[in-house]
Amino acid sequence: MENLSTPSTSNDSVGNVSVDEIRKDFPIFDRPADNRLVYLDSGASSQRPRQVLEAMDRYYSTTHANVHRGVYRIAEEATRLYEQARVELGEFIGAPNPEREIVFTKNATEALNLVSQGLGRKILTKDSAIVLTEMEHHANLVPWMILKEQIGFEIRYIPFDSQGILDLTDLDRLLDGASILGVTMIGNVLGTINPVADLARAAHSAGALLVADGAQHVPHMPTNVEELGIDLMALTGHKMLGPTGIGALWAKESILDLMMPFLGGGDMIEDVRLGGYSPNVIPYKFEAGTPPIAEAIGLGEAVRYLKGIGMENIHQHDHVLVEYAMMRIAERFGSTIKIHGPQDPALRGGLLSIEMEGVHPHDLSQVLDEYDVCVRAGHHCAKPLMKKLGVGATARASFYLYNDTKDVDALIEALAKAQAFFA
Amino acid sequence: MNGLEDLYREIILDHYKNPRNQGELPVPPAHAEEGHNPLCGDEVIVYVEIGDGKVKDIKIGGQGCSISRSSASMMTTAVKGRTIEEVDELIHRFKVMMSLEESDGSKADPNAEVSLDEFGELAALQGVVKFPVRIKCATLPWNTLDLGIKKVLAG
Repeated sequence: MENLSTPSTSNDSVGNVSVDEIRKDFPIFDRPADNRLVYLDSGASSQRPRQVLEAMDRYYSTTHANVHRGVYRIAEEATRLYEQARVELGEFIGAPNPEREIVFTKNATEALNLVSQGLGRKILTKDSAIVLTEMEHHANLVPWMILKEQIGFEIRYIPFDSQGILDLTDLDRLLDGASILGVTMIGNVLGTINPVADLARAAHSAGALLVADGAQHVPHMPTNVEELGIDLMALTGHKMLGPTGIGALWAKESILDLMMPFLGGGDMIEDVRLGGYSPNVIPYKFEAGTPPIAEAIGLGEAVRYLKGIGMENIHQHDHVLVEYAMMRIAERFGSTIKIHGPQDPALRGGLLSIEMEGVHPHDLSQVLDEYDVCVRAGHHCAKPLMKKLGVGATARASFYLYNDTKDVDALIEALAKAQAFFA
Repeated sequence: MNGLEDLYREIILDHYKNPRNQGELPVPPAHAEEGHNPLCGDEVIVYVEIGDGKVKDIKIGGQGCSISRSSASMMTTAVKGRTIEEVDELIHRFKVMMSLEESDGSKADPNAEVSLDEFGELAALQGVVKFPVRIKCATLPWNTLDLGIKKVLAG
């Protein structure tokens, strides 16, 4: 790692905005300097700026009413704000038809369940095959396993190598006869940025659709579904400065038209008779019941905030922090800390899964908490991957726009305390 | 690190670093019961051999954090050679200590003082109660043993 740059103060800005300024927007970081919250778990859930909280508050305080129903003014305003959030989110990910192609869901998990039950159930039979990868989050594994129990089909897996990089040697054979290729855009444990555009091309030449899990990608990197050649993509709001309880499925219009409804109820119908129903047009066909309106508006505001900072800037900032953290860990801990996934920081998103010799991740996370350093310990909802790594759990530090090199330094010091404690 | 020293008493760290009765027993005559903590991926395999109404032998497999491993290690030394009735009582008392059960089996008040008389090394795990997330780590081997014994007795 001799080519790693040495830390400088310029690390501590995102584009031309200083991290200190950014942190002022986040009420949770409003603490005395000697009691700094070192939040390194944005991969599980990010924090949110006051702009998002205020947008939701404003909506509840001034214009709350149900959407798509009332003819009075505040109901129209609620509908306008909800639909505006849809368009903003769609434009943010490069959706060609944002007003029809963004389906609001509870989270990325629900979006992927919608894909398996709405699309999978429509196009798969017991003789079909789908391809997933060994590094998927449970959210892109279990919905397919459930559907497989219901209708039966083959699930094939793309393996990853010792560096946590997908091994595409057998890709053509795996894709032969497959209808769907499902892949995470950034592995939530290994941090690997997967070659989604290449995978989409390969899937398409085999006649398969590319389903992307964008939960870790959309919050951290510029994402353009059209340029990447993705057919369907799941995302979640709470990992991208938005509230919990809101996520989305983006899919091409033609695919959404083809898909069967998943949740039935109000708002998703055009007509209901005692003898049956006709579904509403997309995207409403998939949004049954009163949606999370305030949450959608909050997510729209989060998108505006992220655009203001710039996604390329955020990606660069993540990269600087990961590179700095990897360098400092290697320097300070040598072989006593193992970093899973690609050893080249350029191939990673803004997260690191580590294993400290002789210290279980739970214990590590517990000691780190004593120093207000928050990292995730556990299997990260990726048990098949953990099994392949040969571990039950890892500790994961993940970075975002409000972290800086001081946070990495605090992590390093806390890791050293933990190592000394269990020595 | 006062809080941490409550959790990680020296005796806990000793059992973590030098676990007692670690390994496997031949099945049968032993019974193997597997327990998982779905939140964190910790897993424990309790090998228990029961005969003459007693826990004749017990070994622990699997992997986990210092709390679950040391709890398992202490559990083996506490139950080995004891009658099933004694082990049942010990499991119950351990859950009471973990604030999971009152002595009458109802849900416990987490602030209540528990008598640690004759509890031996196990009393060291009482500090875990202050760290609610870790209670599951400490109780995993006990619940697994409990289930294993019930299965053996049910034949």
